[in-house]
Amino acid sequence: MKRSILFWLSLALLVVALYLIFGYAPIEQTMGIVQKIFYLMVPMGWLALLSFLTVFVGSILYLKTKAPKWDILAYSAAEVGLVFTTLALVSGSIWAKPVWGVWWTWEPRLTATLVLWLIYLAYFMVRSFTAEESRGATFAAIVGIVGFIDIPIIALATTLWRGMHPGAVIFKGGLAPPMLLTLLVSLAAFTVLYSFILRQRISLRNDEIEIKKMKGL
Amino acid sequence: MRFWGKVITITWKDTLSEIRTKEIISSVLVFTLLVIVIFNFAFAANREIMKLVAPGILWATFAFAGVLSLNRSFVPEKEQGCLEGLMLCPVGREVIYVGKMLGSLLFMLVIEMIALPIFTFLFNLPVLSLQMVTIALLATIGFVSVGTLFAALAVNTKARELVLPVLFLPVVVPVIIGAVEASRLALAGEPWSRLTSWLGIIAAFDVIFLVVSYLVFPFVIEE
Repeated sequence: MKRSILFWLSLALLVVALYLIFGYAPIEQTMGIVQKIFYLMVPMGWLALLSFLTVFVGSILYLKTKAPKWDILAYSAAEVGLVFTTLALVSGSIWAKPVWGVWWTWEPRLTATLVLWLIYLAYFMVRSFTAEESRGATFAAIVGIVGFIDIPIIALATTLWRGMHPGAVIFKGGLAPPMLLTLLVSLAAFTVLYSFILRQRISLRNDEIEIKKMKGL
Repeated sequence: MRFWGKVITITWKDTLSEIRTKEIISSVLVFTLLVIVIFNFAFAANREIMKLVAPGILWATFAFAGVLSLNRSFVPEKEQGCLEGLMLCPVGREVIYVGKMLGSLLFMLVIEMIALPIFTFLFNLPVLSLQMVTIALLATIGFVSVGTLFAALAVNTKARELVLPVLFLPVVVPVIIGAVEASRLALAGEPWSRLTSWLGIIAAFDVIFLVVSYLVFPFVIEE
């Protein structure tokens, strides 16, 4: 029953993180209370990257071994990753409104995240447009590999293309210790939550495949 | 040497069928011209605005043209059972990738070689320079490197024409950004040193994705 441990641990950590965000971390001078989104947005971005790293590794292992378990891992991670990427985009745009006065700005990291989101959307499209299950898995794995390798190039291109992100300034040693602690706890809480959701999704996917087999044969 | 001999044979097969049918180059050229004309309306071009948006128009046009011609590079193969023939050939799957990729590169370059002077003529811009040719060459290699991989993948799905752009366009975003920005600088008459970081990004993309596509291509057309 390791899953229930993960569940309760993530719940406890999330409560602690919430307390730290609203009760402990100081209010930022220039951006005010809005800056609190930062503690949510950074974990979302991190989990999006972690998911796509998982997709990448799972995809390579699937192409190498053709063992369905790796495809199940990659598929589940891609789905959870797409959710977190969406949340990163949404929280980023909520932050952009009070800071820049617009919901959307073609700021490098937001732009790169949007491109990523589109690539992983294609990951699912390829799968649904392929007739055979195993072929779809192979094609999706290729998209997963190409997409992940593309991430640093996209990040580099969009950064050169536009100016700096406030996040980058914050990371340059400008983050006050209480803020850093809050961020780290928030990161930890969401990472545990992520591993819980991922495990849940994997077992769900296993059941789905089981049911499909029973129906088909 | 044996490897390149086989590659050239596949490229030559594609070139020969293109010379006989003129299917890809003629249709994509007409398409390119149409896109340029439509963009012209979209920006209600006066000289000053045109200078600003021209690089964007150029690369949006070439990206769409790339999707079109890459799609055509595998669709006839699939329809006429030629892909099976290729796979029966005593050559590695990588050879097929490099051969098809070089063929697509050749067609795209021919299309661009005709489209660039038209662009220069229609927009009164000095598009024909060594800098622009370098940018076009690097960016086109980037397009066909992943494009050939994705085209082979898309042709094996149910919605062929739809899958390729959905896969191809987000992945080549760095190439498009790099090409647009480098062209903007080149058209403004900036020296080579200002262009190097953009050219570097495109070149890095080319090298990385030529290698990656070469490695994963065999999985796309396996039975």
